[in-house]
Amino acid sequence: MSPAIRFAPLALLLVFIIALIWRLATPVDTNVPSKLEGKPVPTFDLPAAIPTKGALSTSDLATGRPHLVNIFASWCVPCIGEVKVLQDLKARGVVVEGIAVRDRPEDIAEFLARNGDPYERIGSDAQSRVQIALGSSGVPESFIVDGTGIIRYQHIGPIGAADVPMILRKVEQAR
Amino acid sequence: MIAETGLAALWLAAGLAALQLVLMVLALRSDLEVGRTVRAIAVVQGALTLVAFAMLLLVFARTDLSVALVFENSNVAQPFIYKVAGTWGNHEGSMLLWVAILSVAGAFLAFLSRRTSERTLVAALGAQAALALGFYAFLLIASNPFARLDLNNALFTGALNARGLNPLLQDPGLAFHPPTLYLGYVGLSVAFSLAVGALLTDQVDAQLARAMRPWVLGAWVLLTLGITAGSYWAYYELGWGGYWFWDPVENASLMPWLAATALLHSINVLAARGALKAWTMMLAVIAFSMSMVGTFLVRSGILTSVHAFAIDPERGTFLLALLAIYVGAAFTLFAVRGATLKEGAPFELISRETGLVINNLLLSVVLGIVFLGTLYPLFVEAVSGEKLSVGAPYFNAVAGPLALILAVLVGVGPLLSWRRERRPVFKQLTIPVLLGVTALAITIIVSPSMTILPRLGLTVATYLAAASILPLLRRNPLRAPLATWGMVIAHFGIAVALAGMAMNAAFTSERLAVIKPGETLDVGPWTVLLKDVTPGAGKNWTAVEADLRATRGEKITVLKPQTRYFSNPPTETNEAAIETFWNGQLYTVIGKPDPSGGWQVRLWWKPFVTLIWTGGALIGFGGALALLGRLWRRRRRRSDWRKERYV
Amino acid sequence: MRRAIIILALIAAQPLLADSNLPPAYWANRQLPDPAQEAKAQALMEELRCLVCQGQSIADSDAELAGDMRDLVRRRIAAGENPPAIRAWLVQRYGTWISYKPTGEPAAWPLWLAPIALLLVGAFLIRRRIRLKARD
Repeated sequence: MSPAIRFAPLALLLVFIIALIWRLATPVDTNVPSKLEGKPVPTFDLPAAIPTKGALSTSDLATGRPHLVNIFASWCVPCIGEVKVLQDLKARGVVVEGIAVRDRPEDIAEFLARNGDPYERIGSDAQSRVQIALGSSGVPESFIVDGTGIIRYQHIGPIGAADVPMILRKVEQAR
Repeated sequence: MIAETGLAALWLAAGLAALQLVLMVLALRSDLEVGRTVRAIAVVQGALTLVAFAMLLLVFARTDLSVALVFENSNVAQPFIYKVAGTWGNHEGSMLLWVAILSVAGAFLAFLSRRTSERTLVAALGAQAALALGFYAFLLIASNPFARLDLNNALFTGALNARGLNPLLQDPGLAFHPPTLYLGYVGLSVAFSLAVGALLTDQVDAQLARAMRPWVLGAWVLLTLGITAGSYWAYYELGWGGYWFWDPVENASLMPWLAATALLHSINVLAARGALKAWTMMLAVIAFSMSMVGTFLVRSGILTSVHAFAIDPERGTFLLALLAIYVGAAFTLFAVRGATLKEGAPFELISRETGLVINNLLLSVVLGIVFLGTLYPLFVEAVSGEKLSVGAPYFNAVAGPLALILAVLVGVGPLLSWRRERRPVFKQLTIPVLLGVTALAITIIVSPSMTILPRLGLTVATYLAAASILPLLRRNPLRAPLATWGMVIAHFGIAVALAGMAMNAAFTSERLAVIKPGETLDVGPWTVLLKDVTPGAGKNWTAVEADLRATRGEKITVLKPQTRYFSNPPTETNEAAIETFWNGQLYTVIGKPDPSGGWQVRLWWKPFVTLIWTGGALIGFGGALALLGRLWRRRRRRSDWRKERYV
Repeated sequence: MRRAIIILALIAAQPLLADSNLPPAYWANRQLPDPAQEAKAQALMEELRCLVCQGQSIADSDAELAGDMRDLVRRRIAAGENPPAIRAWLVQRYGTWISYKPTGEPAAWPLWLAPIALLLVGAFLIRRRIRLKARD
C-alpha cells in the first residue's frame, strides 16, 4: 500500500476535526434571516387589527420617510418588554407600524391597553401570510423600510434598550 | 449514600483502567507476562462499572430527588417503568450506560477469549482500557451523574417540583431502544480494540478474524434490532406515519451499522482466505469511530435534531478531543503498520471473494454518502457562510439506487464459491429473475403511475426473496449449517424490508379532514366514523380521546387515538391509534378542534407497511442464528483446537 | 355541554408555549379536493423545511407556522401555480436553506458528484485485488 493511501484516512480525519472545531467555536445560529434586505417590500394589504387603528398596506410604507415595521403578537412573551423600547423609539421620531400575527382583535386591544401602544397602524395577519412574504420566521421581528419602500434592515428578536442607538442609526441611513 | 457508592465505584474503575493501560504498554515493550493479571483487572473493572450503573438505577427507581439528575429528569408521579427507564433518558445517565457497556465488554473479552494470542489479547485489552479511561474522565469531570442537588440554587430558581421525563420518551419503546442500540454501538469497541491490538503486535491474520467475528456479529445484531425498534417507535409516536427521516442522529446510528455490515462480510474473507487485511482493520476502526462520532453529534449541539440531548459546547469539546485522540491514534497506527500488511494473490473475477469486495465497496460508498450528506451543511457554512439543507430528497435519490444494486448482488454472492466459481451461477438465478420481471409487469399493470424507485424496489425485492433461498436448496436444507440458515434468513429479511418500504411509498392512502361526531371519512377501502370525542386522564396526563369506528365490509374495528397533555414539563403528544390487519395498518390521529364544531382527523391506510420492521427483525434474527451456529460449532470442535492454542 | 368540558380541560392544561389563540389555517390540515393537485402539494411540502422546528419538513410538523405554510402551498397549487414556482418564491425569501431538495446551486454540486467520485476512488483502491483476465 502506498504511503499516500495509508495516510489518507488521517488527512481526512484532520479536515473533519478542523471543521468540527470551527463549528464548536461558532455556535449554530438557528435564526433564518430574510433574504429580502435590499429588495422592495412585497405588495400586501392587511385589514385593520383593531377598530380604533388604521389598516396597513404597502402603500403606507413608501411615503418618502422611513418606517419601522414590527411583527408582533399578543401571545408573544418577549413582545411585552419590547413595547417600552418601541415607545422610546417613537418618542425619538421613528414611525412604528405593526403587523399582528395570528391574533384576535380583543387580545390585541388588551395587549396594547396593558403594555402600551407605540403603533401608528396595525395590520392583522391571521394566517402568517405577510409574515412569510417578508421572509420572517418568528415573533418579534422588525424591518426598517426606507422612503421608497425598500427593506433596509431586519432585526430578529425583540429590540432591546441597548439596540436603540443602532436602530436610530439605521433609520437615519434609510432616509 | 447510594449515589456516593456509585461515584466511588466509578473512580475505582477508572483507576483500574489506567493500570490496565500501563501494564499493556509495559508488556508490549518488555515482553512481561501479564496476561492473567490484565485479564483479572479487566473483569474487576467491568464489575465495578456495573455496580456504578446499578447505583444510578437504584437512585432513579426510588426517585431520590437529592440527586440533581433525578430532580431534573424524573417525577414522583411517573409510572415506575419510566422512573427506571429515565436513568438513560438523559445525557449523564446514558453516558454512564455507554461506559458500563464498554468496560463490561472488555471484561467479557478478557474472560471468554481463547483464540487470540496472549500478546494480542493484552494489547487489545489495553486499547479497550484506553477507550474506557477517556470516557471515565468525561463522566467524572464533565458529566457526573451522581452530583447532589444544590438546594440553595434550586430554591432560588423556584424549581421545587421536579421536572419529569420528556413525555415523548414516556413510552415502552424507551425501555428497549436506547440500551439495545448502545450495546450495539459499544459492542463494536471490541472489534476496534482487537484491530488495534493486532496492528500493535503485528498479528493480522485469519485467526484474528475468527476471534473478532462473534463480537462483530453480536454487536451488529443488536444494532439492527435497535435501529428497527427506533424506526417503529418514531412511526407510532410522532403521529404522521413516517418511519425514517434522515435526521442527523438517525444517520449517526446508520453509519456504524453500515460499517459493521461491511466489516462482517470482510471478516469472512479474512477468516477464509487470509486476505483483505487492510480493509478489515480499517473497517473495524471506522465502525467504532462512527459510534463515537454519533455520540459526539448528539451531545455537542452542533447539529439540529429532534433527538439531540441538552446542548453544551463544553462537553462537545471534551468529546471531540476524545474522538480526535482515539481515531487519530488508530489511523496513525494503521498508516504506520499498514505497510507490513501483506495481501495475497488477486481474486478471480467470478468468486465469492470478489463478490464480497464489491459488496464492501458499495456499502462503503453508501456510508460515505450518508456521512457527507449529514455533515455537508456544516462544511459549506464553515467555508462560505451559506446555509443549505440536505434531507430525504437527496438521500433517497442517491442511496436508493445504490441500495437496489446492492440488493441485486446480495442474491448472487452467496451462490459463488471461494477461489473460483466454475459452475454457471447465473443459470441458477433464472427463476428469481423471472419472478422479479413478473413483479415488475404486475406493478406496471396495477399501478402505471408509480414512481420509479418503489417500482424497482418491488421488482428487486421479489427477485431477492427467491434468490436468497437458493443456497439452502443446493443440499438437504435440514443438514445445512445453522450459519447458512442465518445468512439466508438475514438476506431474505432484506427483501421483506425492501418490499415493505416500496409498498409504503407506492400504495399508502392518506385522508386529512375536519369532521364532526357522526360524520364519516373514507381512506383506502375503509370507511371511518367519528363516533365521539371524550376527555380522559392518566397518571400524569390529561387527554382528549376520539372514538373511531372503521369498517371494511362486515367487521367494525374500534380505534381510540388521543392527544395527551402533560404538565411536567408542559408538552402535548399525539397517541396514534394503529390497528394491524393481515394486509396493512390503519393509522389514525386526532388533532385540534375546529371552530366549526368539528375535529381534525388524520387517517392513513398503509398496505403491508409492517413488512418493513418484520424484515428488520428477520435480518437481526438471521444474524443471531449465524452467531449461535458458529459458537456451537466452535464448542463442538474445541478439543481439536486446544492443541493449536497459543500460550 | 361535553364540548365545553373538553375545551375547559384543554384550556386548563394549556402548556406555557408561545402558541396563538387562533385555530390552524383552513388548508393546514385539509386535503385539496383534486387528488392530483393534493399529490403535487404533498410532494412539495415534504421538500420544504419547517422554519421553527428541529429539522423537519412542513409536511409532518405540528408547529403553527408549518401549518400556515401548508395552507399557503395548498392555496397556491389550487390556484394553478406549479411547485417549482412556489419553491422559488420561498427560496427568494428564506434562501436555499428552506428547500431540502438541492436547487441546483453550485454549492450543492459536490453532493451530487460525491457518489460517482466515491465509486471511482473505491474502484481505484481495489483495482489490484481482482484479476480481470480469466486464468485459463
